[in-house]
Parts: sequence; C-alpha cells; structure tokens
Amino acid sequence: MVRSTGIMKRVTKGVLACASVLVLATLASSCKRESRTLRNEPPQRGLYDAARESTNEPGGKLPKIGMPSPAEGNAYAISQGQRLFDWYNCSGCHAQGGGGMGPPLMDRRFTYGSQPANIYDTIVRGRPNGMPTWGGRIPEFQVWQLVAYVRSLSGSEPSAATPGRSDGLEKKTRAQLQ
Amino acid sequence: MSADLLSTIDQYEIDEAAAKRDLENSWRAPGGFIGWFQEVNHKAIGLRYIVTAFIFLIAGGIEALLMRYQLAIPDHRFLNPNLYNEIFTIHGSTMMFLFAVPVMEGMGIYLVPLMIGTRNVAFPRLNAYGYYMFLFGGIFLYAGIFLNMAPDAGWFAYTPLSGPQFSPGKRLDFWAQMITFTELSALVVAIEIIVTVIKLRGPGMSLDRIPIFVWAMLVQSFMVVFAMPAVMDASGMLMMDRTIGTHFFNPAEGGDPLLWQHTFWFFGHPEVYIIFIPGTGMVAELVTVFSRRPIFGYTAIVLSIISTGFIGFGLWVHHMFATGLPQLGESFFTAASLLITIPTGVQFFCWLATMWGGRPKLTVPFWYVISFFIIFVAGGLSGVMIASVPFDIQVHDTFFIVAHFHYVLIGGAVFPLLGAIYYWFPKMTGRLQDDRLGLITCWILLIGFNLTFFPMHWLGLHGMPRRVYAYSANSGWASMNALASIGAVVIAVGGILYLVNIFRSKRDGGFSGPNPWQAGTLEWMTDSPAPRYNFLHIPIVSGREPLWERPSDEIPLVIGLRTDRREVLVTRTLEASPDHRYVLPGPTIWPFWVAVGTGIGFTGSVFNMWWFVLGGFICFVPFVGWFWPHRNINFVPKMEKPK
Amino acid sequence: MIALAGFTQSAVNPAGPQSAHIYHLWHLYLWICVAVWVLVIAFLIAGLTRRRPQPQTPDTKLRRSVITATAITIGILFFMLVASIQTGNALATRSFTKPVSIEITGHQWWWEVHYQFSQPDQEVVTANEIHIPVGRAVILKATSQDVIHSVWIPNLDGKIDAIPEHVNTIWLRADKPGIYRRQCAEFCGMQHAHMAMLVFAEPEPKFERWLADQRSGARSSAGAVVMRGRQIFENAPCLLCHTIRGTGAAGTTGPDLTHLASRTTLAAGTMPNTPGNLAGWITDSQRIKPGNNMPPINVPSEDLQPLLSFLESLR
Repeated sequence: MVRSTGIMKRVTKGVLACASVLVLATLASSCKRESRTLRNEPPQRGLYDAARESTNEPGGKLPKIGMPSPAEGNAYAISQGQRLFDWYNCSGCHAQGGGGMGPPLMDRRFTYGSQPANIYDTIVRGRPNGMPTWGGRIPEFQVWQLVAYVRSLSGSEPSAATPGRSDGLEKKTRAQLQ
Repeated sequence: MSADLLSTIDQYEIDEAAAKRDLENSWRAPGGFIGWFQEVNHKAIGLRYIVTAFIFLIAGGIEALLMRYQLAIPDHRFLNPNLYNEIFTIHGSTMMFLFAVPVMEGMGIYLVPLMIGTRNVAFPRLNAYGYYMFLFGGIFLYAGIFLNMAPDAGWFAYTPLSGPQFSPGKRLDFWAQMITFTELSALVVAIEIIVTVIKLRGPGMSLDRIPIFVWAMLVQSFMVVFAMPAVMDASGMLMMDRTIGTHFFNPAEGGDPLLWQHTFWFFGHPEVYIIFIPGTGMVAELVTVFSRRPIFGYTAIVLSIISTGFIGFGLWVHHMFATGLPQLGESFFTAASLLITIPTGVQFFCWLATMWGGRPKLTVPFWYVISFFIIFVAGGLSGVMIASVPFDIQVHDTFFIVAHFHYVLIGGAVFPLLGAIYYWFPKMTGRLQDDRLGLITCWILLIGFNLTFFPMHWLGLHGMPRRVYAYSANSGWASMNALASIGAVVIAVGGILYLVNIFRSKRDGGFSGPNPWQAGTLEWMTDSPAPRYNFLHIPIVSGREPLWERPSDEIPLVIGLRTDRREVLVTRTLEASPDHRYVLPGPTIWPFWVAVGTGIGFTGSVFNMWWFVLGGFICFVPFVGWFWPHRNINFVPKMEKPK
Repeated sequence: MIALAGFTQSAVNPAGPQSAHIYHLWHLYLWICVAVWVLVIAFLIAGLTRRRPQPQTPDTKLRRSVITATAITIGILFFMLVASIQTGNALATRSFTKPVSIEITGHQWWWEVHYQFSQPDQEVVTANEIHIPVGRAVILKATSQDVIHSVWIPNLDGKIDAIPEHVNTIWLRADKPGIYRRQCAEFCGMQHAHMAMLVFAEPEPKFERWLADQRSGARSSAGAVVMRGRQIFENAPCLLCHTIRGTGAAGTTGPDLTHLASRTTLAAGTMPNTPGNLAGWITDSQRIKPGNNMPPINVPSEDLQPLLSFLESLR
C-alpha cells in the first residue's frame, strides 16, 4: 500500500510538473489572435481622416496620429475580411490580390501607404483613378476587417492569423510564396 | 505439450527470501523527482494512463454539465454560440481521444502482463514514451483551450467547416495535432500489447488458454494498428490544407469535402470498437468470476471478438448515409452494420449461458455487468435501428444519435470499466472498496444515465438536431431537455461517489489478500498489491483458469530466471513453450526526452512546418541515449541449471 | 420569442408518403427491438435469480440454447435488412408527373430558394421559406455555397446533405395541408442552431397564387413614407448584399428581399416577421443571432420608421 501511495504522489507531482512547464512555454499572444468579437463597438458616423499620405515631415517628426485597428493580428477578422473581399467585389478590380484594373495588393508597394490607417482611408474615402468610396456603404468594423485581410495578402499580418488558402479557386498570397 | 513440460519439472529447494530480496532490488522503482520521469514499470505506467484519463473524464464531465445547463432552458443565454460550439467539440474530443481509448489502454498495460504471467511488457521504454505522448497531447489541447484556441468544429470536424476559410486561426490545427499525439500513443500501446501477448506468455498458456480480456486487448491492438494511421492521415491532410495550402478538401480545385468524411470515419467506426471490445473482455472476466464457473463458449467468444474486429472496418459509411451516396453502396453498409450484431449477440448469449450454468454472486462489479446489459443492449438495438438507411436519414444528426452512442459507449465501455476497476482494485492497491457505497454508486449511475439519455431518443424523433446551442420555447423540447439536465447532475453525483470510494478505500479499506474474489486467472496468484516484479516465479498453466484447476501453491513454476537483473521468459506463439530468456531495460530518462523532442516538433509544426524537421534533430540526441548498447543486456542462449 | 402556433417538426408525425414509409419501418423496428430487449433482460434476471437445479445445467443444453438464440438473431436481422431495403426502394421510386422542382442552396446561415421551371421567366427566387402544393411531388435539390448543411423536413422526408459542388436530390410530397418546420441538420458553424425554414403545404390554387406573387417585382407604392424608405434603403449599405427586384438593389450575397413582408419569419426562422423584430434585426442583428453575416446597420432614428414602412410594403 505504501508503494502505491508513493506512485500516486509521484503521478500527481509528475503531471503537475509537466503541465506547468508546457503551459508556460506556449505563446500568450494567441489570446488576441484567436479572440472573436461578434458584436463590435457602435460604428462611428462619418469619415475619419486616419492617416497621413506622405512620409515627408517638414520641420522634424510630427506626433503620431492614426486610429488603432481593432482587427490587426486577429485571425477571425482576417477571415471575415477574406469573405468580404469577395462579397463586396474587391476581387473585381484587384483579382485575388494580383491586380487587374486595380493595382496588385500582394506586393508591399501601397501608393497611399501600407499602415492600417492608410488602407482604411483608401477604402473609406476612395482614391483618384477608380478606387470607389466605400464609406457609408461598408460598416466601419468591416472596413477594418478588410484592411487586415489586405495587409495579410502581402504577408504583413502574423502568419499564424493568416489563412492558408481560401475555399475557392487557387490564389497564392505572399505569405505562401515565401 | 503441457504433459511433457510437467514431466520434466523437478522439485528444487529454493531460497524464497533471497529470491524475493534480489527481485525487489533489481526491479525497484527509481526514486526522487527525477525518478518519476525514469519509470518504465508497466504497472506504474498503466496506472498513470488510468489516472490521467480519469482527470480528462472529469474535465469532459464538467463540459457536459455546462452543455446540459445551457440546454435545460429554452433560449438560454448562459453560453454564447461560440463558447457552446467550443465546449461540445472539446467534450467529444476529450472523451474519445483523451479518456476512452487511453483508459482502456491503461487497463491493458496494467493487467495484460499480470494475466499472462510475465514481469513487464515487451518494450518498457517505448511504453513510457507512449504515455508521455498521451500526456503531452492532452496538455497541448488543454493549453490551447486556456489560451483561447479551443477548437469549435465538432469532434469530427467536417470539412469545409474545419478548413482554412471557415475555421480561422490555429484552433483546428491544435485539434488536428492533438490527434497526432494521442494516436501515436495508441499505436505504441498496441505494439506493446501485441508483442507482449504473442511472445511473453507464461509457459503452457497456449492460444486457447489466454484470458478473454487479453484476447480482447490483442484484437483491439490490431484494430488500432489499422485504424489510427487513417486518422493521422486525415488530420495530416487537414493540417496541410490549413497551413501549406493543399487542396485535399477544396471542391473548387478538385478536392472533395467527402474525402474527409471517408478517411475520418474509416478510423472513426473502428475507434468505437476499439473502445468497446476491451469492455467486452472485462465483462467476460467478471461474468466468469462471479458466476463461479469457467466461461461458456470460450472459442465462440474469442472468434466473435476477432470477427467484430474485422467487420468493424466495413461499417464506416453508416455515418454518411445522408450525404447522397448511391443507394446500392449504402445498402451494403446497412447489411454490414446489421451483421456485426451477430458476433456481439453470440458473446451475450455465451455470457447468459455462463450465468445459467453457474452460481452467480451479486457483487458490486457484477452489478456493473448487469447495468452494462441493461444499457448496452438498448444502445445496440438503437444501433440496429439506425443501421437502416431510411430510418437513419430521419434521425441522423439528431439527439437520437446522441442517445444511441452514449448508450453504447457509456453502457458498453464505461460501466464495464467501473466494474473492472472495482474488481481489480484489490490487486492494484491491496485494499477492498466499500461494498455498500459501491452498490449505491452503481444504482445512482444507472438511474442518472437513463434519466439523462433516454429522453434524447424522444427529442431526436421529434426533430431536435444535434449541436444546437439553443432552441425556442415553442418547439416543445423543453421538458425533455430539463429532464436530461437533471439526469446529468445525478450522473455527476454518482461519479463523485465513485471517486470518494476509491480514495477512502485506498486509505483505510480492508486488506484484501492475494485473491479476495476467488478468481481463477493468474494475476490473483501474486500478492496484493502486485509486487514490482509481478511473480516471484513465472507460473506454468495447464488450463484457462489456473487457480481453479489446482490450489495456488501447487501450480508448477519456472525457476532459473536470474533475479539480479530484469529477466523475462520469451515463449513461442502457439503453445507458449519456452524459447529463450531476455533481459529488459531498467529505468531510464531517455524516453521522456524523446517525447519532449517529439512534442516540440509537433507543437511547432502547427505554426510552421519546418518544426517537424527541427523536432527530428532535437530527438536525435535522446535517441542515441536510448539505443546506446548497454553492457548488461546480453542474449543468454542456454537455460542455466539452478544450484 | 413569441409563440408561432401551428407548425410541427417531428419525424413521428408523417404528413407525406416518404415519411410515412419511414414511420412504418420505425414502428416495426421499435417493437422488434423492445421485444428483444425485454427477452434479454428477462433471461438475465432469470439467470441470476432462479434456483440452481441439481445437477447443474449441462453444457450441451447451454450450447443448444446459444445456437438457437444465434439462429433466431440471424433470422430477425435478415428480416430487418429486407424491410430496410424495401423501404429504401420505396423512397427512391419516382413515379410522378409534373413535380415542382426547388433548388435549395445552403449558406451560412440562411437558405436560398430557387423554384425551377422550364421557362426562365417563370423562375421564383426567395429565401428561408418555401410553399409546396398538397398532393403534388416536390423535387428538392440541395447544394451549398460554403460548408456542408443539411436539408431535412422531418414531417415529410429524411434528410439530405447540402455539400458544396455537389447537388443531392430527393423527392417528397405533402398529403396534408399544414406548416412544417425544418432546421439545418449538419453542424455548419456559429448559428447552425438558428437556420430554420418554414414549409407551407397548401392547396394547389393557393400555391399558384403564391408563386405568381413571388414572381413579380417589388410592389411600387405611392405613399411618401414608403418612397422615403426606399430612398434610405438605396443609400444604405443594404444593396451591397441584398436584391429587391424593381429597385437598384442587386446584391447576391444575402437573402432576396423582394417579397420580405410575405414571409412569416425573419433571420431563417429565428423570429416572427414583425416590424419590431425587423427593426431589431437591422440595427443589432448580432445580439439576436451572434456571429451571423448580417452586420448591424447604423440607421439614424428618424430614418428607421420610413425604412420599415418600405420593407413592410414588400409583399
């Protein structure tokens, strides 16, 4: 009996030891990556000037402005952006990121800036030479989801949050081509 | 053969005390904190499997209680849909992958060497590795759960829902990789049991004298060898679709979502027989002992178990009757699903015949057998109903199916398991459990189980689908759901009482002695609890119930195995005639480190496939340590004449 | 949820030949299985409680009993197999003329419905509700645009999975008028629980009237409030996803709203179609059906009433 109690004690100690070691070793960033916000903050009305369009700052560095994106690095948001990219027919001009009538989104050259706030501006305000003004049509939180997805096309989002492929015809993202 | 062997046995004077001292020394447990990681004794590892599986059972039970509370009231807002979907996925995955299969494996690893008369399993270090893989797999999944990465596509994760587009993030990758961990562990145990049963039986234990539980574990192990690779393949394809952009399940690029269903259920159906067959083995042992006569129809039962194992691989499409497959093909699987009832029926009739021909004694384990009869026969019959395609397309994916599989799995595996643990408890701990508490527990579990799951038949027939997090008040389902939820609480009470009995009895139950049940199989020959070396001398058997054929002290024994190192006797397959001696390795830390390396490789590959390669390199050093030739392990060709 | 009286969702309440066949098979199986269970448990109890005969029952007698029991089992199973195959044949036999052909496409988490006719201009497109004529065969073609769903009307027939890139076909018939409720029966994600549909089985003339109504475009109403509502609709995000034939809205990713007000329920059977529910759905769909693909639309309070008036005019 003594021996079996010893085994039980060792079993418990062993299990707890292994458990704590391995749990600590796992990345805690998954909490944000995997969270799913189903009911977003009430939308803000009107357009918002989110970002600068030029990197030249005369007279030294200006303080940073810009809206934080609630969807950055979030797998659910990027997946929703993937769905909306087709549903709102972004693929009509940008194809699956390769570009067509519109510029490609898979490379890291963004005419009006590649930061989330810049891309948000582009979608919401529209741009000259063909980019429609989506502000007022696409709810704001969905614009942020599209922003995150567009950035994921060029590999700017964490690979753990980026989908491997879509369930449609083949399209490769920069993340996969690397 | 046995007559020849008996005629060569001479009487020798043996210094029992010295032999015992030597064996205790050479088989002693490694001590200290590090010693826990060096353990290779099958009883220690078997017990770890059982205890860890029970911890996961409790986790799965808590998940079930949460679900039942959510469903107790219509339009309940206790759990949001995201959380509910995660909970039912984890409940199913925990129960199937982290409880049901490992606990049966643990019982096998613990009991098989004892029942066949040997000292350890054939590959002790591999055994340890298998346990660590199971433990790491469970911790891996639950760490993911605590870090908001709980999978939520159901325990069988149909594509395209589980694919990259509809299950974002790494949740399903964690689920798929957990399968890799646990199925690798299952394969390890299968190998152990097959080789142990074929090569390490005590002399005289020919194939037709192997205890039925050991036969059940052997057949189950062969099933594991064929079924587990199928699911590892399926989950591997899913991971590849999700991480590196393959198109196995993408219909737009030439794949097919049904491919997942076929590969998964090709594993999934044998899986339930992998869980159920050891249960039938346990029932056979309990029926034999508590009818106080040898089992009736031994050959029929063994052949039934083997044919169940074979036929079990031909049923998988009955999970897919609603997918629009051709009618002729589906009818074939209806026929096969009905066919498999026959060997199971034969087993039942043989058990009933044993009871009729014997003098049954209603002990607590036998009450678990009675509960098994009540519940499993009902579950099996509802299975016969859903084997029919027309009926199945009405109740598929409804609570009727939920009722069916809980009846067959809990009735067919968990109740025999609880009875078996009660029965073998004295052998494991040297104490007896409290009979009155045991009886009350069994009845509470029986009543609670039926209260929970019987109403689900009604719910399914009245249109309630599975996996719904809420239902409306005007559906008419509320009262049956409330009843089922009350039953769940009763089951929880029964479960708690069961554990209370175990812990209390371990501390101050009555001492049992070697054979409190007057059973006939070999494990009851040795002390309780069994010593680390199992038997002072390997026994020679001449029948199926060695302890019933002659008194314990008149059983012929093998002498001459060295006691100063871990020696076992390897025998031949058919008649178990002695072949040679073999030295088993002692405690070592290397299996743990190989498991750590494998675990790192598997965990990392969820995020980046290159970790597979890196994990391989990390494993290289401990592999070298593991396989480094040890000076003491020599092949000794001749049996030495004892002094 | 307000009670929606008068519908059933049950496999043991058959209203058509398909479900009737299955119901009869179920009854046969039920009585056989109950009898077998009772027998087995009776033998168990007898085996445990009877007084032991002296001498004990010989093995030869036991062997005879086991063989007999096995033979009876094989016989019963064979009988059940034959019954099952016969029922399956009855379900698959198609001996009807002029069936109504409906293609149901599952989406996450709503049902797209196309009534197919030989003339393209006869086609009817709607969502989340179907009407079928009593006494006439209906062919259901099930498919999906995203994940696997399942089409199942328990009162009328067994289920058939809606699998992307597959089209699975079943036929059924309602022999009694009534409202039958059905639900998605293959787990398809967050709102699998709220993906229902009402099936109205009605006499042929009523069905034809309904078809004619559904074929037409949106009724244009001259009322000022309704016109204002239509303007609001066309300026809001709605038209990116929804179609209202006769207006500028031609989105295809959400349900067709041309005859929204003719439907009994909203959000795939989640709630009754009332103005209050509709308002709640538009402004805060995520509270009612969290995770579904309709985003909450920020409609200013002065615009909500006209919008509702417009939508309620879409009969």
